[in-house]
This record gives sequence, C-alpha cells and structure tokens, in this order.
Amino acid sequence: MSVPGCRPMAEALLSIRNLSCVFDVSKPWLNRVIERDERRFLTAVASVTFDIRRGETFALVGESGSGKSTIAKMIVGLQPPSGGEIIFDGTPMRGQGGDMRRLRRRFQMIFQDPFASLNPRWRVGDIIAEPIRTFGLLRGSAVEREVERLLDVVGLSGRDREKFPHEFSGGQRQRIAIARALSSRPEFIVCDEPTSALDVSVQAQILNLMRDLQDEFGLTYLFISHDLSVVRHMANRIGVLYLGRLVEVAEGKTLFRDPSHPYTRMLLDAVPDLEMAGRRRRRVEGEIPNPIDPPSGCHFHPRCPLVEPRCRNEAPPEFPRGDGMAACFAVDRAATKEAAPT
Amino acid sequence: MAETLLSVRNLVVEFPTRRGTLRAIDDVSFDIRRGEVLGVVGESGAGKSITGAAIIGLIEPPGRITGGEIHLAGARIDNLSPERMRRIRGKRIGMVFQDPLTSLNPLYTIADQLIETIRTHIDLSEKAARARAIGLLDQVGIPAAARRIDDYPHHFSGGMRQRVVIALALAAEPDLVIADEPTTALDVSVQAQIIDVLKDICADRGAAVMLITHDMGVIAETADRVAVLYAGRLAEIGPVGDVIKAAEHPYTVGLMGSIPTITHEAPRLTQIPGSMPRLTSIPPGCAFNPRCEKVFARCRAERPVPLRRPGNREVACWLFAEEGADERPGVQAHG
Ligand SMILES: Nc1ncnc2c1ncn2[C@@H]1O[C@H](COP(=O)(O)OP(=O)(O)OP(=O)(O)O)[C@@H](O)[C@H]1O
Ligand SMILES: Nc1ncnc2c1ncn2[C@@H]1O[C@H](COP(=O)(O)OP(=O)(O)O)[C@@H](O)[C@H]1O
Ligand code: SF4
Ligand code: SF4
Ligand SMILES: [Mg+2]
Ligand SMILES: [Mg+2]
Repeated sequence: MSVPGCRPMAEALLSIRNLSCVFDVSKPWLNRVIERDERRFLTAVASVTFDIRRGETFALVGESGSGKSTIAKMIVGLQPPSGGEIIFDGTPMRGQGGDMRRLRRRFQMIFQDPFASLNPRWRVGDIIAEPIRTFGLLRGSAVEREVERLLDVVGLSGRDREKFPHEFSGGQRQRIAIARALSSRPEFIVCDEPTSALDVSVQAQILNLMRDLQDEFGLTYLFISHDLSVVRHMANRIGVLYLGRLVEVAEGKTLFRDPSHPYTRMLLDAVPDLEMAGRRRRRVEGEIPNPIDPPSGCHFHPRCPLVEPRCRNEAPPEFPRGDGMAACFAVDRAATKEAAPT
Repeated sequence: MAETLLSVRNLVVEFPTRRGTLRAIDDVSFDIRRGEVLGVVGESGAGKSITGAAIIGLIEPPGRITGGEIHLAGARIDNLSPERMRRIRGKRIGMVFQDPLTSLNPLYTIADQLIETIRTHIDLSEKAARARAIGLLDQVGIPAAARRIDDYPHHFSGGMRQRVVIALALAAEPDLVIADEPTTALDVSVQAQIIDVLKDICADRGAAVMLITHDMGVIAETADRVAVLYAGRLAEIGPVGDVIKAAEHPYTVGLMGSIPTITHEAPRLTQIPGSMPRLTSIPPGCAFNPRCEKVFARCRAERPVPLRRPGNREVACWLFAEEGADERPGVQAHG
C-alpha cells in the first residue's frame, strides 16, 4: 500500500536510538595556537531517536544543514556515529564483520546527484550488476538477465545496458541509480533528496516509479527532502529536523493539517505553493543560526513566537503527541491545559 | 492597464557550434508592463536564462541575437553599442542572479559596493550615496543596516547576501529588475522572505520584475502573469491564476499536474512521458508533439503560432486554431 495515511502499529524495521554525530571543525593546530582559538565542534546530529516501520515511507525534512544527509550516511555506514545505536530488524549495526555485510545487502541508498553517484567509466550494465556480484547473488548469464529485468522495471530498455551514464538525461540516470539500488533485492532504501536535482516533470516520473516499486516489492523508505510538498506526497510519517535535533514526529496527514511545533508551523507557512496564487503569507522571522554556535536551550528560541523564559536555558524534551512527538515546552503546556481545564 | 515597459518581439538567439547553428530561443514574443511581475518558467534548458541575458545584452559570444527586436519604454535596445548597453544595465535594468556570491566582490565592504554602484549611475556626494545605501539595505530587510553596511559579504548569511544583491540591483532605481532563480539556492524560510522583498519592490516603486525560475510555487505567489517556455519557444502566457488553475497548452497542463502541493494529496502525479528534446533534435512542427497526448496530423507538419485567447492569454497550440477546431470538433479549451 502506498497511499499515505493511518496504518496499524507495525513493527519497526529500523530503529534509531539517540544517534549523534559530532564533527571536529577546529582550525589546524598551528592556527589555533597563533590565533588563540579553541577547538571547535559542530553537532550535526544531536541524539536523534525514531522508528521506521516495515512497509512505510518515513520522511525527514529540514532546511540545509539540519543533519538530514548525515543521518542517511550513518544509517548506510558511510559515516561513523559519535554515539547512539542503529538497529536493523532487531540487530544492532556495529563494525564491519560478515554479519554486517549480510545485513547491509538488505538496504541500499539513492543519492541526490545522479551525475556524481554513477561511475562515468562503467557501462550501465556493470553499474547495476555490481551489487549482485559483490553479494554473490547470481552468476553468469543470470546476471545479465537480471540487469535487463531491472532496466525494464525502472522504465528503461534492456539495450541501455551497453551505454555509459553520460548518454542519459538526469531523470534516466536516477532510474539507473534506482535499478542499481534494487539489484541486491533490498527491503529498505535510504533516499537522500532523490529528485532535488531534477525538473518537476521528471521528478513526477521518479516519484511515481518509487511508489510503484514500493507497492510491488513491499519496500520501506527513509525519504529525505527539503521540499515539503514532495514529502507530503510520499510520506506516511514525517520527522522534522532543526539544527541537528528532531523537533517533531507526526503522521503526514496530521503534520500538514495540525502541525504542533512552532518551527514546523513556520516552515509550512513559508512554502511557496501552487495553491498560493494571490494569497499573502505570514512573514517568516529570522534565519537558521550558525550550527557551530547554536542558540542555548531550545535552538529555535530566537525565532519562536511562543518563546518563554525557560526556552532560553533548557532544551525541551520530547513530549508525546498523538502517534508522534513534539519537542517544545509550549506544545506540552497547551496539551496539559487541554487535558485538565481549570 | 499600465503601459508596456518591455517589449520582446520575435526574439531569436543562436549559438554557432562546430556541428551547425543551435537555436536556443526561437521566435519568442512577450511584453512586461510597468509595476508587473512576469514569471518565466520552464524546465532546465528551456531558454529562461538566455531570454534574460538577451534583454540585458549579455549573451556570451559567439552566441548572439539573430532575429527580432527588444524595446524598453519604447526605445529599441537590442542593437545598442556595448558601451550604451552597459549604461542601461544597472541604471534602467537591475539584475539578480541565483548565486549571490558571484554578484558580490569578497574584497570590498557592502558599503563600498553599494556606494560605487549608486554613484556610477546617480550624481550624488559620497555622504548622500551612503545614506541612500543604508536606506536601500533597510528596504530589503537588513536589520541594523547602518551598522552592518561596513561588513564584508562573508559576514552575511546566504539570505542576507541575496538581499544585498537586490539592494545593488535597485541602487539606480531601475524600471525593470531581471531576477534569474533568485531564491533557488536558499532555504524555504529564507526564500519566502526574498519573495516578499521582490513583491514589495513592485508595489512600492512601480518597478517591473521579470522573475525567472523553475519553481511554480514561487511563481504562484509572486507573479502577476506567467510565460511558459518549452525548447526555446513560448508555449503559453497569461495571468498566473488562469495558467496554474486552468492551463490550456497540453504541456502546461502536464506540468501543473506533475507538481505535488502541500494543500492536498494526489494519489498519483501526472506524468508527461519522455523529456524535453535537446536543441539539436527538436522535432518538426510543434516541439512538444512526440510527448503530447492530443497530437494530430497538423502538429507534426506545422509549427503552432501563439494564438490569442480570451482573458489576455496566448497559447501556441493547434488545438485552439479556428481551423483546428473545425478539424477536431468537440475539443474544449480546458480539455
Ligand atoms: N554558450 C552556449 N553555447 C551553446 N548553447 C548554449 C549556451 N548557453 C546556453 N545554451 C543552450 O541554450 C539553451 C537554453 O539555455 P538556458 O541557460 O537559457 O536554459 P534555462 O531555461 O535557463 O535552464 P536552467 O533551468 O537549467 O537554468 C540550452 O539548451 C543550453 O544548452
Ligand atoms: N564532514 C563534515 N565535516 C564537518 N561538518 C560537516 C560534515 N558533514 C556535514 N557537516 C555539517 O553538519 C551539518 C549537517 O549537515 P548535513 O547532514 O549535510 O545537512 P543536510 O543534509 O540536512 O543539509 C551541517 O552544518 C554541515 O555543515
Ligand atoms: S521550546 Fe520554547 S522556544 Fe522552543 S519551540 Fe517551543 S516555545 Fe518555542
Ligand atoms: S500543437 Fe499539437 S502537439 Fe503541440 S501541444 Fe498542441 S496538440 Fe499537442
Ligand atoms: Mg543534504
Ligand atoms: Mg537558467
């Protein structure tokens, strides 16, 4: 099923527990000594926790630098976490052993830039076959037949096997990347801005294809995007990131109809949308602060219309909201009032 | 109706290459009125930026305008000497590009750059120009402009730099601002602020804006009218609400259906098969014909001319020709 909406509580295929990533962005030692500068750290991802259920599309949204790609890279093993756990189908992911290799076959990644993610010197057939060969899934002519089948699945032709990536348009290259991602028969695919580099009409083709494939193969997606309308179209549940922290998790429908966190509300107000012709939006306040030196307490407090004194000192914990959560004192207070009117 | 400020008539832009001549803009005509925002949309390579570059005389040689005329406030500007064109740029036409860093010099303060631009075009003392520069920064929404004006570009965030670029474009009170993807490199929340600034320019100063972008959401919120380009040709032009909600050209219809929106869920996005042809392989007749589900014989033989439609619209599609309607009875405007 691919229509976003309610579904019974399903088991978690992927669990992220207090996942963190801190980068050392200090200047070289000599500069630090001369300029009397201290070591500097950038917390790209700060203790993020969420579950992705089998068969759903979980989306992460946030503006640039909010930590989306860093989370994606940690999940697929391209970036070691500084802390926390990634649990795939009940097994914590650690190290590089044989078990990990077998586990990794079950998930794949699609990147934003279909130009950079395909090896320009390889033929399309070899690009798609690589995971099949790496994991030893098939041999001999069966590999070729499988490649042709995959090209067909993503709407290309079996003859395209012989060509090189530069002979294809951006949308076609993203189809090749999807065919490659499917070739190890994964259950779970991390998609980091898979259509951000594409024109809208091509984006529609790719989004439709991704939903069809999800139906056909029962795939689970982590779908990362800064584009809220694309996320609305694709996701069952959505997590909103702000400066490395998860500020809200909600079902797609709920998030767009009744956003809880003040930042989510601001984002939704800001999105330019087709239906907006002639309407005037509320003005958006301020800009994203520097992630090296984020505001104290709640990172959003300098821009927040609901800010209260403790927001400047304390980071708000996650308060449960419906099926998800919101990390905001004001949301918690409103909920408490609703529950016990005096 | 306000008077016409910019008039582009039958514009043709060509690039000679080793393999023959590429026609990037092919017979494109449109007007922009004073105080109006004209959105120009289209997919990558449709010719949006080249159209803008042609108007300000910045087509990269060996590319050049090989046909048509461009008039600004009634005077022809496409055949001016480079020297005279340079004076029009900045003074009468301001420019804002996608990447604010390329428009700002990292070695000079914001004040240096603004004051120089102002004094190139307007006869003002250093002190008066500085006061004017602060006023401009204030107008584009830079907080504490008087203090921040002596900062360097790298002290500013991406959104603030783009505001400075807009201030630069406005320095000489131009009649027309050409903004090519001014918000594409920015985050949504910042994008919304820049859109507001652009809208205010029109409202407060009566300047016209040509807003080039591939983002229909931005167009929907900002533009009064919208021109849709496809493969270097004008497919459709009209008031923004009509083109978005009731597109007539089959390409525009497909394009609008392919865009997800945050206000409601579509089970499936409209899909236009294939992709826009390269300039080297534009099919004869209508450039859209291999992808068009309404294609008929005439589309493959004859190139459609822009046809006037009710409500101040033009559509380049044979479905709307009188004879075409006779050949294909029952075809409705919004089919
Ligand atoms: N210097 C050049 N030499 C040859 N062809 C060119 C040159 N500059 C642009 N073109 C071609 O002209 C066409 C229109 O280009 P243009 O830059 O106007 O597209 P655009 O609509 O602005 O696209 P985008 O959305 O990618 O910015 C494209 O096919 C492009 O390849
Ligand atoms: N290798 C790195 N070294 C230092 N900082 C990094 C590195 N990778 C990412 N960052 C920083 O971490 C933050 C989150 O980055 P990223 O996950 O790429 O954000 P997003 O994908 O949401 O735009 C940003 O501030 C970014 O500059
Ligand atoms: S915790 Fe305070 S500052 Fe942060 S979003 Fe909630 S109300 Fe605003
Ligand atoms: S002229 Fe013909 S091919 Fe072109 S858009 Fe109209 S119906 Fe389609
Ligand atoms: Mg990213
Ligand atoms: Mg362009």
